[in-house]
Amino acid sequence: MIHPGTTPFAVCELITLPVGEVVTVTPPGMAPISVFHTSDGLYAIDDTCTHQDASLADGWVEGCTVECPLHEACFDLRTGVPSGPPAKIAVRTHDVSIVDGTVLLHFEQKGDTR
Amino acid sequence: MNTVPNSIVVLGASLAGLSAVRALREKGYTGRLVVAGSETSLPYDRPPLSKEFLTGDVTDEDLLLMNSDDDTLDVEWRMNSTATGLIRSPDGLHRVTFDDGSHLDADAVVVATGARARTLPGHFGLAGVHTLRSVDDARALRESLSRAQNLVIVGAGFIGAEVASSAAGMSLQVTVVEASPTPLAGPLGIELGAICAGQHAVHGVRLLTGAVVDALLGDDAVEAVRLSDGTVLPADVVVVGIGAVPNVEWAGGSELMIDDGFLTDSSCRTNLPGVYAIGDCARTFDEAHQVHHRSEHWSNAVTQAATVADTIMATPSGPAAIPYFWSHQYGKMLQFAGTRHSTDEVRFVDGDPGTGTFVATYDRDGDTVGVFAMNNPRLFTRYKKQLARSRA
Repeated sequence: MIHPGTTPFAVCELITLPVGEVVTVTPPGMAPISVFHTSDGLYAIDDTCTHQDASLADGWVEGCTVECPLHEACFDLRTGVPSGPPAKIAVRTHDVSIVDGTVLLHFEQKGDTR
Repeated sequence: MNTVPNSIVVLGASLAGLSAVRALREKGYTGRLVVAGSETSLPYDRPPLSKEFLTGDVTDEDLLLMNSDDDTLDVEWRMNSTATGLIRSPDGLHRVTFDDGSHLDADAVVVATGARARTLPGHFGLAGVHTLRSVDDARALRESLSRAQNLVIVGAGFIGAEVASSAAGMSLQVTVVEASPTPLAGPLGIELGAICAGQHAVHGVRLLTGAVVDALLGDDAVEAVRLSDGTVLPADVVVVGIGAVPNVEWAGGSELMIDDGFLTDSSCRTNLPGVYAIGDCARTFDEAHQVHHRSEHWSNAVTQAATVADTIMATPSGPAAIPYFWSHQYGKMLQFAGTRHSTDEVRFVDGDPGTGTFVATYDRDGDTVGVFAMNNPRLFTRYKKQLARSRA
């Protein structure tokens, strides 16, 4: 669901992001965001593990969870909520859509970096 | 025959203890849960103590392991309570006694009393000499380092190397003294241990191998470290990182079988029905290798907590987890998974050790049994998952 008042950011062409792949982008003024193409669809979350600096794009995806490559914290790609330690804080999720074959991120760009 | 206990006492308010009560509740345990810990702090994470906590990049609050979800755990926390014994209570329950003279009775006991830092014999009371295990240790070391010029670290294992790495950025003269010829040869093997140890020199840290400490010199505070070859290293701070010993002595009067840790089967059961042991203090039977093994690693505490909850609740356990540990030194992430024998063949499968980014496997009889990576978490995780699949 795309919330009104958001600005779309073009991530890539869908054809370049097959199922099982992930791409990380850093829209202006934002922290890095990773878009995961799982068998259930596209999910976008902040790329940095909330426990310790690690790129979740390097993580292991199984179903709708990604496991941090360093300390095995698992995050639900749909909600960003961690399933257990060491992460305590959810990663931020973002809305994704596909328009004319382009993967778009939707977020409120101002003052929304955390 | 397995009946779910009405009450469980968990000894050790640590990662293992907290993970055990979380796992028990997750698997539907509704009885009384008490966690007793000898420290004053609620469960906190130890890995940052030698790294970001020492450098001031992580605060006390960041270390705490609990989050708002844990509010629903319905656990009685009994902090600042050190267990002194485990006996049969008059009504047939397990009775844990504490140092304040009190006791707790429960149907089941999960022992997660951890390990403590090994110390150099005969040097107690000299100011400036530290071990690093608890948050209090880390605070004291941080304070000492802030006023120090010369730091000598005894032991180039993970703790020693991590402290050296943290201190290297603090404009101190850092020397690491290691008794063996190659640091980290035990966990990683000679070839990869040497590659990791090479980082010390790159960052201006002096590493002395084959160097045995003879004495710590000084009157009230440490002033120098003397090696057995006569070398005297000036030191206003000494960190002793020479391993850990399991906290088992408190249970010496019990009937628990102890041999470098509480001996358990692969399901974390001790020889006493209703008493379990997990984490750093447990020497657990490894079905795959048919030996008892004690692991002091973070991941082991979490996976054994899940195992003991499965055992107590009689829920089916998944396949045994692949042993995994990591270290962070000089800005590089080191990761190891699997098992290692000295005869395994090390094969570099990606990158180049010279660049500080690579992946190597340990191969035995044509099978990959372990993987080590420096700064390549993505490929490392792939190998780790492959190891898990090949074992399942």
